[in-house]
Amino acid sequence: MDLRSSVEIITEWDIVAARQLGRNEAKKAGFGTVDQARITTAISELARNIYLYAGKGKIEIERVTDNGKFGIKIIASDEGPGIPDLRKVMEDGFSTSGGLGAGMPGVKRLMDEFKVASETGAGTTITTTKWLH
Amino acid sequence: MNARIPILKLNEVLIVSIQWELDDQTAIQFQEDLLNKMHNTAALGVVIDLTPIDFIDSFIAKVLGDVINMTGLMGAKVVITGIQPAVAITLIELGIRLSNVMTALDLENGLDKLYKELEA
Repeated sequence: MDLRSSVEIITEWDIVAARQLGRNEAKKAGFGTVDQARITTAISELARNIYLYAGKGKIEIERVTDNGKFGIKIIASDEGPGIPDLRKVMEDGFSTSGGLGAGMPGVKRLMDEFKVASETGAGTTITTTKWLH
Repeated sequence: MNARIPILKLNEVLIVSIQWELDDQTAIQFQEDLLNKMHNTAALGVVIDLTPIDFIDSFIAKVLGDVINMTGLMGAKVVITGIQPAVAITLIELGIRLSNVMTALDLENGLDKLYKELEA
């Protein structure tokens, strides 16, 4: 079984492809409809951030286990400009693109675990996991 | 690649049923199409049914919110119908509040609500 799949984010259409992959993986992993919606939405936000701010990058979706727990891990990575102020992007309503500023703090609320690593000029990697309860 | 969302006219009301997952282009095209149709038909109200939609991200939410505000500017009222439980939950968790928006469980209730609002 393929435990890891990924979508390159280059065009707007890749955002659609990434969230469809995420929804399918979530369904296969046994998540209910609400968690499927959470995972799909989180991927959509992360993929759009890559498209808007980095131009291109990658969404990887991976099945994970930890002490008998099963889950789905999403890794959104890019080699874009990085996030200059991490605290700011985690504030609700903060946006530099005219969006709602819901993306990053929203993803954190939708998922169970959330980690950002970003270096100015080098890129950003966001890792977030949802566990099957 | 992206078909347009059909907008139906029923007397003074426009009815839109969004049947498939919205990509960015379709959403923005829909915004324009709806406002043009309103202008051409002098519609007083719009019902947007989202029953088949299983997730809404912040971009689609913003487009919907904008459509509602723009429609308001043009003097019409909008009712959103058919938001599924999973969509309601994820929207609130995302931190999106579609405030000042009329909503109803389904198309039938939505039309009722809209007609009452238009008579008022």
